[in-house]
Amino acid sequence: MTDVKDREQDLDRPEAQPEAGGPRACAHVCEAAGCMSLNADQVFEALRERATERGLADTAVKRVGCLRLCVAGPVVEIPERGLLFEAVDPSSPESIDSVINALQGSEGGRSTADDPFFARQVRIVLANSGVIDPEDIDDYVAHGGYEALTQTVTSKKPEEILEEVVRSGLRGRGGAGYPTGLKWRTVAKSSGAEGKYVICNADEGDPGAFMDRSVLESVPQQVLEGMAIAAYAVGASQGYIYVRAEYPLAVKRLRLAIRQAERSGLLGANIAETAFGFHVDIRIGAGAFVCGEETALIASIEGRRGTPRPRPPFPAQSGLWARPTLINNVETLASIPSIVRNGGDWYRAIGTEKSPGTKVFALAGRVVNTGLIEVPMGVKLRDIVFDIGGGIIGGAKFKAVQTGGPSGGCIPADDLDMPVDYESLAQAGSIMGSGGMIVMDETSCMVDVAKYFMDFCKDESCGKCVPCRVGTVQLHGLLDKITRGEGEPGDLDTLERLAVMVKSTSLCGLGQSAPNPVFSTLRYFRDEYVSHIEDRVCPAGVCPMTSSVAS
Amino acid sequence: MSVRTLVINGKDVAGDADQTILEVARENSIHIPTLCHLKGLSDVGACRLCVVEVAGVNKLLAACVTKVEEGMSVVTDSPTLHDYRRTIIEMLFMERNHVCSVCVANNHCELQDAAKELGLTHFDLPPLEPVVEVDASHERFVIDHNRCILCTRCVRVCDEIEEAHTWDVFDRGAGCRVITDMGTPWGESRTCTSCGKCVQVCPTGALFEKGRSVAEAKHRRRFLPYLRALEQDQQ
Repeated sequence: MTDVKDREQDLDRPEAQPEAGGPRACAHVCEAAGCMSLNADQVFEALRERATERGLADTAVKRVGCLRLCVAGPVVEIPERGLLFEAVDPSSPESIDSVINALQGSEGGRSTADDPFFARQVRIVLANSGVIDPEDIDDYVAHGGYEALTQTVTSKKPEEILEEVVRSGLRGRGGAGYPTGLKWRTVAKSSGAEGKYVICNADEGDPGAFMDRSVLESVPQQVLEGMAIAAYAVGASQGYIYVRAEYPLAVKRLRLAIRQAERSGLLGANIAETAFGFHVDIRIGAGAFVCGEETALIASIEGRRGTPRPRPPFPAQSGLWARPTLINNVETLASIPSIVRNGGDWYRAIGTEKSPGTKVFALAGRVVNTGLIEVPMGVKLRDIVFDIGGGIIGGAKFKAVQTGGPSGGCIPADDLDMPVDYESLAQAGSIMGSGGMIVMDETSCMVDVAKYFMDFCKDESCGKCVPCRVGTVQLHGLLDKITRGEGEPGDLDTLERLAVMVKSTSLCGLGQSAPNPVFSTLRYFRDEYVSHIEDRVCPAGVCPMTSSVAS
Repeated sequence: MSVRTLVINGKDVAGDADQTILEVARENSIHIPTLCHLKGLSDVGACRLCVVEVAGVNKLLAACVTKVEEGMSVVTDSPTLHDYRRTIIEMLFMERNHVCSVCVANNHCELQDAAKELGLTHFDLPPLEPVVEVDASHERFVIDHNRCILCTRCVRVCDEIEEAHTWDVFDRGAGCRVITDMGTPWGESRTCTSCGKCVQVCPTGALFEKGRSVAEAKHRRRFLPYLRALEQDQQ
């Protein structure tokens, strides 16, 4: 907390005057969780110390949010020169000097200008990520932040905002892709004499997904701004951000952001000196994946056990404390300020007709450039993996991309030219999901992958309904049996029969989608299952197949 | 009173807008199997036994929590639904350790009844055989988690009718247990009034009175709708 205090005192100091001689190059030090875990704060201290020794101003080194190339952390960027420094070592004077030298005009680092990882991205949600100091509201405002909110509350009617969001064609970025404008309209129309709520769902929990975390750590104010605009449009005056406890840095920055925004009159009562008021509180999740499901999330905010309830009624009609409630994902809300600023038509022109806009993905797995990417919808999967992602590590053979986490599926090499949008992914038996994208090569066994996700689902099932509570355990047991080399001829039929039953009868989205990894691996990699069962061989050499050794 | 007309299994029926598919079906002598539902308690839609097909809806809906709508067309039984329901019961039998021949609720067990009704003659799924506890610390009652199917009737009756909220659910997934107070032994519970309502509503032999032997746990539940009506009158 001392950190927070320090930063707040900073706010009260007069702004540093830019030095004569125009804008100077500035080294941006990534301080998102990935780089922080690799001592990015020490990199910052070392750079600033060295910069001072060289007579450079304090402003020559700056803390920023995610610079996206997580694989190379800790990362430092000098945007004015288009240079990126990878794996900067705070204890190595040479490493620190190479950055400082570049600030003063020398060559060094990796050029970002022609690098497809950077060049092929289109940044809307992440436009300010890696640019602004996430702990400084003034920096956000200086980059156009809160312009949309101020405009909204001072000169626009709620209906105009709704219209703009509908026209943008924005769809929910939490995974299901429900039209955001339609959801907002429903909440706006619901009678809320006793009040309405806006909830930001930041309970990101898919294995391999870290989009929302990065957005919250890098541009927390942008999410708050999106929430406040949503509140104005639907008629809410109280908001909650439900964020998981495993994201301490995001929580810390959100808290700071809320306090700074309240001090600046951009949150709280009388926003921008109008009659509109909107308060935001943080609610911390206690580590249950199912709390990302909206009705479970609401139960958790109400202080009850985080279990889903059947819908309808949908939260838009009866949500938090039985009042109309708008629940949107972090990325959805972070897209709002730019839509309001530039108009719905501008947004609609990006991406595809049915899936407008951009999508942030967490690119992970056996790909060269792992990290955070933002691409227009409709981009080819091949371009993501081989262009932006830089291909498979060691030039190995590509096998599949897993999207949508435990609710999603795998897309095989044959479908690499598929455009990435909601419909195409669904057609291929996967889902857009929240944006996790795990690239796999020949070293991955698809039965093992299915088992991994089923293991996750069985652990994360809330236990309320029978098909999910028991069905996931039974499915996992079957998959485990197959990977041990004990599979029997009828097992695939049982697997499919149970998977269909769990999908059809489960209460909430967790159970209904838990069998998806099984369906999709069976669809594209059935031969791997067969060789596990009939030949007692794991083609990728991953599964222990203990019984085959014994027999 | 606002009337809704709908079709259930091809039969024209009418119900009030506040009623669920299950209520209207039962009023019209159309049987839908249930386990977690109990008249007089709130519905949670957890056991999924009562899922039905509704025309125009691409998901199965739990009849106990779905309100009737004008023009709705509902199918309450089909080979697929029958198969799903039988699998649900099979899953419950395999989840813990249900041995009817030594069970206090033998022949008075709703799980057993459902198995009979759905023609569950043998088990294909492997038993999970978890090691779970029996808590006999209460002076009059026992909870045997081996026979618990987590229907949460005890939790609801304790909260909604007795208003003691002694029972709740602990942990998640396969680790779920009904617990008393914050997980203290039942006998040490400070909130339990020993009213025994939980024992009466239990569909299986998980909750029973001490001194009862095999097949002796007959449940008395006529108090439930009566108490609920009384409560509503007072409001």
